[in-house]
Amino acid sequence: MNQPVPNIVLHAADVHKNFGGLRALSDIDLQVEEGKTHAIIGPNGAGKSTLLNVIIGRIPPTSGTVVFDGTVLTGKAPYEINQLGISRVFQTPEIFADLSVLQNVMTPAFARRDGAFRINMLRSVDSEAEVRDEAESILSDIGLIGRRQDHAGSLSRGDKRRLELAMCLIQRPRLLLLDEPTAGMSRHDTNTTIELLKKIKSGGMTKVIIEHDMHVVFSLADKISVLAQGRIIASGLPQQIKEDPRVQEAYLGGSVE
Amino acid sequence: MLSLSRKDLVSLVVFAAVVLTMPIWLSPFGAAYPGLMQKFAIYAIFAIGFNILFGLTGYLSFGHAAFLGVGSYTTVWSFKLLTMDILPAMVFAVIVAGVFALVIGYFSLRRTGIYFSILTLAFAQMSYSLAYSVLTPITNGETGLLLARGDPRYVDQIFGAQMNLAGLPQPTLIGNALGGYGGFYLCAVLLILCFYVSQKIFASPFGLALRGIKSNQTRMNYTGFNTKPYTLAAFVISGMFAGLAGALLSITDPLAGAERMKWTESGNVVLMTILGGVGTLFGPVVGAWLIKYFENIFSAINTNMLNSFLSFLPDGVQSFFVTVLSKFVGEGWHLTLGLLFVLIVVFLPGGIVEGVQRLVARFRGGGQRGKATSPQPAE
Repeated sequence: MNQPVPNIVLHAADVHKNFGGLRALSDIDLQVEEGKTHAIIGPNGAGKSTLLNVIIGRIPPTSGTVVFDGTVLTGKAPYEINQLGISRVFQTPEIFADLSVLQNVMTPAFARRDGAFRINMLRSVDSEAEVRDEAESILSDIGLIGRRQDHAGSLSRGDKRRLELAMCLIQRPRLLLLDEPTAGMSRHDTNTTIELLKKIKSGGMTKVIIEHDMHVVFSLADKISVLAQGRIIASGLPQQIKEDPRVQEAYLGGSVE
Repeated sequence: MLSLSRKDLVSLVVFAAVVLTMPIWLSPFGAAYPGLMQKFAIYAIFAIGFNILFGLTGYLSFGHAAFLGVGSYTTVWSFKLLTMDILPAMVFAVIVAGVFALVIGYFSLRRTGIYFSILTLAFAQMSYSLAYSVLTPITNGETGLLLARGDPRYVDQIFGAQMNLAGLPQPTLIGNALGGYGGFYLCAVLLILCFYVSQKIFASPFGLALRGIKSNQTRMNYTGFNTKPYTLAAFVISGMFAGLAGALLSITDPLAGAERMKWTESGNVVLMTILGGVGTLFGPVVGAWLIKYFENIFSAINTNMLNSFLSFLPDGVQSFFVTVLSKFVGEGWHLTLGLLFVLIVVFLPGGIVEGVQRLVARFRGGGQRGKATSPQPAE
């Protein structure tokens, strides 16, 4: 009875999404608590990425709403959703391939100030020392500082993912959406990324993470929702999910490693 | 606020020196007369502006000649109605071209890629046809808009300037007539100013945002940038540069014709920018100069000149070379330019500026390729 009421920061209520006759999402009710890491797992084609796309405003839901901290996200443009404090790491890294690694990280830092539109001709990027220092410190954390002057397009796939993560982190989002953040990374890089994400976790940022790698999921998640055929079939603490027979049947193939 | 980084400052000083000493270094090339040097400066302004749109945001406009034409017409009307002073004429030309760009850009920028290019081309061709037909009262159709002795020039009337002269009035800068080298130095100073503005844009967070749009518009949107006003601003700014270039064309030669809006003019500025180097500061200027040089000097070379130039060769060989080369000069200058363009696009996608950068890097690094522009700490 004395348990504090969890503060729900993101609530996808009764979300449906049909692509033609295909029901990609039905009856989704997802509640994400503030400061927690919420993992969404499920077999291929379960609708995980679609759900993320609905949250971020990339695709409109057929019905239902997504509410972030009291603001309805449905119908807002992607840049407005970002301005509310939601950043996203994509499944295929979306970075600025033609720009330097440092510019890649600095650009998002200007978004809060200039994003809605501002012609800022009198200042120069080089004179923004504060932003550069912050970008460099994040690049150090993420292990890309040595490559800050290189073209981002020349990075390996794993490095691109880490760069994209850095681009999100510099915005200090309140909610970070991660679509398979460690796919294509070596074991070592995966562990580095887990450590990094754990570090952010203590910073109070809320995270929603889609992941295939159970090692990553069980290292990070405070709560797990399982998606199968467009429905959430189970939601709970990692231990509950591990033991849930429906989950084992639908996704884990009968047993957990 | 108005300062530049060290590197940019050096570039600006070098650039200013190169532009202002044109009469000296162009004379061995036979191009050191004001009429041509003015064109060099004017079209460099046009290309610098175009590069702010194409080079930074990646939106390829095929209709920028429309803004050049609008700038020209506005200038001549300012001469006819208000005053022969060029300052108001230039201000009006830039503003009107900007408004025009705002309207065309608003519609064209609803699409990207080839559809955007086609839309701008359509708008420019529409403007061209309108200038020829329906808008004849404003544009004087085929003849082009000309000054006349009987023009009202209300502001000049008030001050009583230039009213009692015989012949057509001449454009003035605060009462001083501009002729010959005066016109060239006016264009040169404005070119340096435009180069400086372009440097400021390139170095600013605004410029970085535009580059971000070119590189990955999706990421920009999900990073919190509303990309539409950014692209529109770039479009309008480049339209204003074109308006200024159009104004200068009419200032140095007070008339305006619809052919300035023709698609070949729009195509020219694309060629200039690509030839010199898209997205670089110097590229568009180099491209503009090269094309204008070809158009004016190369096209004037005739068989007699080739004969005298190659007179040291034996007769048969001489006539052979003259026959072959004559296809590439004079009327055939387009052929040379076309070949040059193909070679550059195929072998130097970054244009002439990239070629020069590669050469410099090779001299400095002893064959070491790639960019080693700044020291990199060891990992």
